[in-house]
This record gives sequence, structure tokens and C-alpha cells, in this order.
Amino acid sequence: MITAERKPFDEIYAMTEGHDKVLVAGCDTCVAVCLTGGEKEAEILAAELRIKAKEDGRDVQIEHTAAIRQCEWEYLDAIAAKVEEYPAVLSMACGIGIQSMAEKFAPKLVLPAVNTNMLGMPQEHAVWLERCGACGECVIGDTAGICPVVRCSKSLMNGPCGGSHDGKCEVTTPEKGDIDCAWALIWDRLKAQGREELMLVNRPPKNWSKSSSGGPRKMVREEAKPV
Amino acid sequence: MSATQYKAGSNLEKILSEGKFAVTGECGPPKSADGTVIEEKAKILKGFVDAVNITDNQTAVVRVCSMASGLQAQQNGLEAIMQMTCRDRNRLAMQADILGASILGIKNILCLTGDHMSFGNHPEAKGVHDLDAINLIKMYKDMRDEKKFQCGDDMDVAPALYIGCAENPFGDPFEFRALRLKKKVEAGADFMQTQCIFNIPKFKKWMEEVRAIGLHKEIKILAGLTPLKGVGAAKYMKNFVPGMDVPQEIVDRMASVEKGPPAQAEGKKLAVEMIKEIAEIEGVAGVHLMAVEWEVAVPEIVEMAGLLPRPAVA
Amino acid sequence: MADEPTAAVTAPADTAATAAQAPPAAAELPANEGFEPEIIVFACHYCAYAAADLAGSMRLQYPSNIRMIKLPCTGKLEVIHLLRALEAGADGVYAAGCLEGECHYLKGNLWAKKRVGYVKKLLEEIGVDPGRVEMYNMSSAMGPQFAETARDFTARIRGLGPNPVRPRAGFTAHEVVLKQMGDLAMPDDSASDTPSGS
Repeated sequence: MITAERKPFDEIYAMTEGHDKVLVAGCDTCVAVCLTGGEKEAEILAAELRIKAKEDGRDVQIEHTAAIRQCEWEYLDAIAAKVEEYPAVLSMACGIGIQSMAEKFAPKLVLPAVNTNMLGMPQEHAVWLERCGACGECVIGDTAGICPVVRCSKSLMNGPCGGSHDGKCEVTTPEKGDIDCAWALIWDRLKAQGREELMLVNRPPKNWSKSSSGGPRKMVREEAKPV
Repeated sequence: MSATQYKAGSNLEKILSEGKFAVTGECGPPKSADGTVIEEKAKILKGFVDAVNITDNQTAVVRVCSMASGLQAQQNGLEAIMQMTCRDRNRLAMQADILGASILGIKNILCLTGDHMSFGNHPEAKGVHDLDAINLIKMYKDMRDEKKFQCGDDMDVAPALYIGCAENPFGDPFEFRALRLKKKVEAGADFMQTQCIFNIPKFKKWMEEVRAIGLHKEIKILAGLTPLKGVGAAKYMKNFVPGMDVPQEIVDRMASVEKGPPAQAEGKKLAVEMIKEIAEIEGVAGVHLMAVEWEVAVPEIVEMAGLLPRPAVA
Repeated sequence: MADEPTAAVTAPADTAATAAQAPPAAAELPANEGFEPEIIVFACHYCAYAAADLAGSMRLQYPSNIRMIKLPCTGKLEVIHLLRALEAGADGVYAAGCLEGECHYLKGNLWAKKRVGYVKKLLEEIGVDPGRVEMYNMSSAMGPQFAETARDFTARIRGLGPNPVRPRAGFTAHEVVLKQMGDLAMPDDSASDTPSGS
């Protein structure tokens, strides 16, 4: 799933300045599952903004709403009437949803209230780990189902580097804590699969043109297009 | 052996090819446009090492680039081993830079992945990591031997390169470390320098694995050593430098002497003992002395280790 | 209603331990003299709500500023409920759940504790003193502690002064919050939660 984190409150609040009506729009799909931008969180943010605005003596009307999915036109129709009432919208959807809103309701001001951060999985309740970089050319068939592109800090095709210790990556930050070394995991699982010879293969440079390095990507399924 | 048989014909390549015990040093370029730093370091090391590594934004901290500093070292009579990390350049830049370095007379190149940006002074930088160190070795080998760019296009004049790599015998998984060196040999590395060795028994064990798959015959292995200036340095290496394995005995030994000149003397003595022990290990072709910001210690250590004069090669 | 007549009740001599801590701290804070905070208490009916009853039966004094909303468990309390209470004008809000390890639903009180902690963080972000919300734990047998908590928290809020977004003098948030809670709030057993009625 796509995960996102709410932006710092001050940054969001600054975006509301100069507006007398602001709608906080949640999205009840990915960002709701990661507890960041669903209807519940939209209501919390709206309440916070209202209290802060009142404290500051600002006369501003702040309400909330939520779409089932902000990234699909049909679901945006369902909230269109409400959105139209507000000159500024703070979207709590992922980057896709925010842009869908901005496009659907253009030229209305649609502002991001969250930072979309990864394609992650909930490792445990309320903990998400990055699992996919959408690089456009999946290699995990040869790496024991573990992605070296995003799970190795240096995206090595031939890891691990010399910074792998006791199964941990050399990169440690206060926010992230210890990171598992992806190539140590790959080595262990390939051995368990009896396929460790795959570690001995010199993998060629990755074709990054399939990733965002190749420019914005587009996918078309002609056979599935409406007749 | 005639010069034409060499891959690059560098001093380092000749010494290693002739089976002589090589000594390399290391110089970190300055963190400013100060043109005197490399000159000064080159003066200290000239005649005491066969070539000197010029680091490439080491520990992800911005410094004068390794190409300019490498050229400066060579202009001061000291052969350069230009380091190149995959962190800061994509394949276009890495090929362009090696062609440029080659034109400027730089022949030794050390291919590295590079310390992560998070260690350095620009942690917000975008890491490039287009290629990894193994891809880089192969790309340079193909440029040199096949006269081909990474994309497959041909070039007229190939760069003459002596290609090096690094490996950390103390990294994990230990059982894979020698195999990873094999991958680098297969990719085309001619010589290799290890991470700083403090744990000699573990290094010996790694060399056993290297010899078991015959790698010592396919690549010139230089053992990395860092002379310790005092107990503080030992503790720092032990506790804060990633990939470092410093046994407690070494910390204790450095702690047993007074700070200042006695500790420095002990550090040099320890380095000499380690060089002598390491030189006896089958498959070790030389030492790489990384006297970080303590270049002045190198001449004395090399002399005490009985490695002078450095061989002159035609 | 629990929040009305209690102020008139005087502490019997045998509750000296708690009575000794009265008079309320308000007297020490002349700056906010005359300010009568409105405090919403989200009380679990298994413990704190029953403790309030007991306090009443014991004729213990606690301030009439406390206005209760009864929940089947503090685990039902969500972040937005606390924010709504403050937005509605309550000067302080606290959750009173069972002692840790004694929740009837195992961990409801622990969830409430985390949510109160999160709301404190949100309040810091918006420049509201995080001390306006709190989590307390007590058992149904802890009548004196209920009264003491009510006094302490009221004194704290008195010290903090009025909620910066309090709508107007004379306005009470309790009714608004109660309505917002809908079915989550349990009906008041007014017969038992007034000390005079027991």
C-alpha cells in the first residue's frame, strides 16, 4: 500500500493563512489504512486548525470531508458539491489523490497536508516498512523475494557492501533505528532455498530508464479500454 | 617484461607485477580550495610509498575532487590511485571522469560503492547509486579492454587503467566476503585494498578462504593498516567507524602507554609489528597504510618495517 | 447530576488524608480568581464513575466544575472526542479509567492512555497547554481518590486559566459534548451519582 505521514502542523497551518474557508479532505483508502489521512484524521486536523485559528483570532471556516478514494474521478464526484463550496482544500490523500483533486477541481487551490513516503507494508500494527520502489523492472525473483533497490540503502545489484554488520546496514538514523541489511537477508534466504549460487552471479547495471529516471511513466492496456 | 604488456604501466602495477611487496598510502584532499595540502602530503610520502590513494569525498564529506588532487599528487612526484565512488556520479559522469583522468595521466583507479550520504556533511543529498562497485569495475574493464562504453558504443582511444577495488574482510556475512572478492575479480579488478585490519587472526581466516578459491593468484591483495596515534583513536575506530573490528587487546595496549609521543611511538611500533606479521601471510602482495591525518608517521613506519628503499621500476 | 450538588458536600473528619489537601489550590492563584473552569470527565462506568458515586456516599467534597460523561470503557474514547470537548469550550478534559491491568476489556484504559498522550502532542502543536488533558486510573473503591483527582485537576486548570477558545461566559460545553458522543455515552444514573440521592 501507499503510505504517507502528516506534515508538521505549523506547515499545514501556514497554508491556511489568507483563506477564510478551508476544507480538509481525507481519503479512505491507503492513507486511512496507514492511519494518516482517512476521515478520522481529517476531522482531527480540522479540529486542530479550528482551535488554532480561534486562538489566533482568525475568522475562518474549516470543515472536513472524505472521499472513498481521491485518486479516482468517480469518487471525487461524490464530494464535488462540498469541495465546490471551499476556495482552498487541504488534501490528506497520497500524492496521487492530491493531484487528482487538483486536476478535477482545477484551478481550485488544492494543498498537500501529508508527505507521501513509500510503498510499504504494515510489519506490525502501526509500523510500516518500505518494500517496493516501483523501479519498473523487478529483480526479486533472483534475490529471494527481497528488494535490493529500496531495501539496500545503496540500491546495490551486487551486495552486500562492506558496511553490513550482524545483519544490519551501516546506515542508522535516530528516526529509523537499525535497518536490516537487505543483502544479508538475501544471502540467508537464498541459502535456505538452496539457491546461493545466485549471489555469485555478477548482475549487470540496472536499467533505470524503467524507473522515474526515464521520465513520467504511462501504462496503457488497449484490450481493456472501453469499446 | 616489456612495457606494452602492462594494462596501464603504472608504478604500482609494475611493482605488483614483478612480485615486489608494495606499499601504498592515502591522502585525503582538503575541504577547501587550498592548493597546498596535497603538495605538502605528497612531499611527506614521496619515496616512501609506491602510490597514494586520493580519496573521493571520503565519509561523504565534500573535499577537493579526487581527479584534481590526484593530478596534483602526480605533479609532485607521487603516483595517484584515484578513488571513485558510485555515490556521487552516474555512469555518464564516471565514464567521462575516467577518460579525463586518463588524459591527465592518472592510471590507477579504485572503484568503491562509497560511504552513505547519511554519514557526511550533506545528509540531504540524493545518492546516485546508478551502478554498484562491481558494475563500475566491469565498466572500466570494458572501456580499457574492449574499447567500449557501458552502453556498448565503441571508442577510439581506450583509457589505460590499473583497476582496483576494496573489500572488507570484517564485513558480514563473513562466509560471503571472499566470494564477493571473487565477483570483483570476475568483473575485472587487478588489485584490491582491504579495510583497516586490526584483527589479524580474523584477517588470516579470511585469507584462508581467499586462497581456498585461488583468488590470491588472480588479484593483488594489499592489506590495509591504520597506525594508531593513541588510545582515543583506537576507541573511536572500535566504537564509531562502521565496518571496523578492533580487538580489545589493541585498545588495552594503546591505553598502557602515556598520551602524546609515547603513545605515538607505540602506535608506530604496533603498525610495524602488524606489517611484519601480515607480510608473512601467503597471498598478501603489499600493505596499504591509511595514516588518517598522520601522514608524517608513514616514512618512519615504512623504514622500521624494513621496506626501504622503495623499488625503482622501469 | 453528578456535577451539580457535590460542591456543597463537606468532607467528614474520617477522610482526613484527603481532606487535609483541601482547600483547593485556587486560593493560591489569585490571577484567575473568579474563574470557574468547566471540566469534562470521561469516566469508565466500571471504576471512576462508581468511585464518584462512592465519593458522594462518603460525602467527600470535590468541585462542581467536574462534569461527567459515562463510557462503557475509556477504550471507547477517541482522539477526536477529547479535541471536540476542548473545541466546545471545556477548559480541561480528563479520562478516568480502571487501574492498569484491571480493565474489564483488558486494555481499554491503556489505549485511552496512549490517545490522551497523543492529544497532548497535538495540543502542543497548536499552542494549547497539554496539561488541559489528562489520564487518571482508579478503582470503584477509590472514592477519596476520585475526589482528590477532581480537586487537583480543577486546581491545575484554574491555574492555566480559561480555554483560549472558550466560546463565551456562561456557556457550558458538557451538553454539546454529550450530544457529540451520541450512543457512546451511557445514560446517567442520576439516582446514584448524586451524593444527596444515596
